[in-house]
Amino acid sequence: MRSHSTRLRVAPLVAVATAALALSGCSAGSLGGSSGSDDKTLTFLSPNDDASVASGKALIAAFEKANPGVTVKMEQRPGGSDGDNIIKTRLSTGDMDDVFVYNNGSLLQAIKPATNLVPLDDQSWAGNIDKLFADSSTVDGKLYGGPVGTAFGGGVLYNIPIYKMLHLQVPKTWDEFMSNSAAIKKAGKVPIEQTYGETWTSQLFVLGDYHNVAAQVPDFASQYTAGKDKYASTPAALAGFEHLQQVKEAGYLNKDYASATLNDGLKAVADGTAAQYPQLGGSAAAFDQVAPGKGDDVGFFALPGDDAASNGMTVWPGTSALYIPKTTEGDKLDLAKKFIAFATTQKGCEAYAEGSPPQGPFLSNDCKLPSDVSQVAKDTQAYFSAGKASPALEFLSPIKGPNLEQICVQVGTGQVNAEKGAQLYDDDVEKQAQQLGLPGWS
Amino acid sequence: MASNLSTPDATRVSSSRPARPTPGRKNRGTKKNKGPYPYWFYLVPGVIYGLFFLAPTFSSFYYSFTRWDLFTATWIGLDNYEQFFAEQALVIGLRNTLIYAVMTSGLKVVLGMALAVLLTSRIIARGYLRSVIFFPVLVSTIGVGLTFTVLMNPEKGLINNALGAVGVAGPGWLTNPHLAIFSVGLVDVWKGVGLATVIYIAGLVSIPQDYYEAARVDGASSWDMFRHITLPLAKPATASVIILSLIGGLRSFDLIWSMTKGGPGFASDVIASVIYKQYQAGFFGLSTAGSVVLFVLVTAIVVPLTWWLNRGETA
Repeated sequence: MRSHSTRLRVAPLVAVATAALALSGCSAGSLGGSSGSDDKTLTFLSPNDDASVASGKALIAAFEKANPGVTVKMEQRPGGSDGDNIIKTRLSTGDMDDVFVYNNGSLLQAIKPATNLVPLDDQSWAGNIDKLFADSSTVDGKLYGGPVGTAFGGGVLYNIPIYKMLHLQVPKTWDEFMSNSAAIKKAGKVPIEQTYGETWTSQLFVLGDYHNVAAQVPDFASQYTAGKDKYASTPAALAGFEHLQQVKEAGYLNKDYASATLNDGLKAVADGTAAQYPQLGGSAAAFDQVAPGKGDDVGFFALPGDDAASNGMTVWPGTSALYIPKTTEGDKLDLAKKFIAFATTQKGCEAYAEGSPPQGPFLSNDCKLPSDVSQVAKDTQAYFSAGKASPALEFLSPIKGPNLEQICVQVGTGQVNAEKGAQLYDDDVEKQAQQLGLPGWS
Repeated sequence: MASNLSTPDATRVSSSRPARPTPGRKNRGTKKNKGPYPYWFYLVPGVIYGLFFLAPTFSSFYYSFTRWDLFTATWIGLDNYEQFFAEQALVIGLRNTLIYAVMTSGLKVVLGMALAVLLTSRIIARGYLRSVIFFPVLVSTIGVGLTFTVLMNPEKGLINNALGAVGVAGPGWLTNPHLAIFSVGLVDVWKGVGLATVIYIAGLVSIPQDYYEAARVDGASSWDMFRHITLPLAKPATASVIILSLIGGLRSFDLIWSMTKGGPGFASDVIASVIYKQYQAGFFGLSTAGSVVLFVLVTAIVVPLTWWLNRGETA
């Protein structure tokens, strides 16, 4: 009797458990496809920094206006390595938005475009974009990225009023840069702003120095990719790490360099608390938000190297591009392609520029810069026009070690010296090369 | 008589027939020494456990020997382990993990015990104070981490501003490479001491009052009572607190990640954050090898410790 009633009690329990399993299985499966079942809706994944969000929204608004009845929903993700993580995970689980913004260059290789992305070679705009951008958005002969925004440089943002007040010249060599800094320190201003609270900002002295490296060792990119040239054993490449160490040891840094963030740094260089801030030119788009009205006080120069004659700017031909994952299909795929094509038109470029002021030339040859651009954009354009610009190493080689930012912070805060930092980075690069399965790294 | 007897017998037999299965089943049950539930009752949880715990665990052992990018896995033998142990961040991470685990679990034992003694004594607003002590346990770890990051900001943070007001120059709590791991540890203790206190309170109230009365009659001081009654009799509670907080400390990640991301540089990396960064970088095989190492490390420390701490318990 007891046994009988036990059996009766168990039956519904099992039923409930099975139903729960079936239910949870069902909902997990439908999560990816459920967002917007109609064909007139696109989802768009954007980085969550102010400039990207503002310009993404402006682009969406213009696209919706030009295509009545179409809705584009923006989702946001963090930047930096957290963002890499989200992109990789969502791509490999087939849960990516219809269109997304991500880096090109070496980071593009790491997300396996051949397996995950829709090639865009056949698009009408494909032949009419900046060559550096096209090269860095192409993997194994196929173009995957659509242009968005402008190219920009990596160099030093400087406060023009301070430079004028102290009668300083834009430095062309590292020695001039250091003597300028000494003069600025003497005048009671912070010579060099660093913001290690946001770790990626620490990399400029190394990454932005690539034009100078290439000037001295023209085949560094290919030798480095083949595993022959190393940072630690190539003096020109090691210089970037040495510079990080020198500015710290000379006492030229702002007091809160260890905890300050990108916005702190931009504010400091715009309002004249600090005179020089190694940074990406693209970051200058945020001046309107962090230091309204002060943006025009800031100019931009290339990181100085050993040789004044060969000094030039390391450029990022658009750090990011628009991509369509393979999971976008049918009508949505057509709509997504239409969206990317729209971004390459003058209207699209203007809309994007509305959200964040351009800091360099547009990537689509159909777009022209407005006349009232920022000083940083003008300074960057001058390097482009003079032919003194070369792409950063990450656009010439598929390998970028993932820990460079932490290693730069280590060197920049005096925990290890430049040689040790460069060696650590070489080890980091080796792991990346092995993971990518490149020849010569076993 | 005989017929008289036979009829009731027959009826007895026939009436007892439906009842027969019951003693039969009872016999079978006792023979096999079976519990009240049939074995297939374990089937559903067994499948869930196998699918979501055993299968991933064992496949992770396999993947730790491969170079894996989620799509393809190439067998590379022990290379991942070799690389993992050659990593400079790991040496720092290993040291920090041990410092962090020992420091947080030690402080939780001492402070948890002290607070529990205080909160089981007759003081004003005892119930309220118990809630206050326990409250941080309920708050999200990431929230606590972000809040303390702001509070510990060397230039603008409330802590250094307060210290500055009384003329003390506060250190860079999270930006000084030598200090960062300890600062995070202190926040961990602040957040976790409530749980330790609750475990100790449960342990302390279960100690019979008779011992204290007897000791008082013999003229024992408060310290003597604490030393010779409370401390030894709260040993099961101490064992629970040490084991729980040590395991928590060894595999701690969320607080460290939300406060320093292992920085500045690699100065506050622990094993878990090293693994996470490798995963982020797309080194899936390498980070899986790291997880296996962490699993072995936690087991190697905690299993003998549990045995040692509980050894006198059943005797």
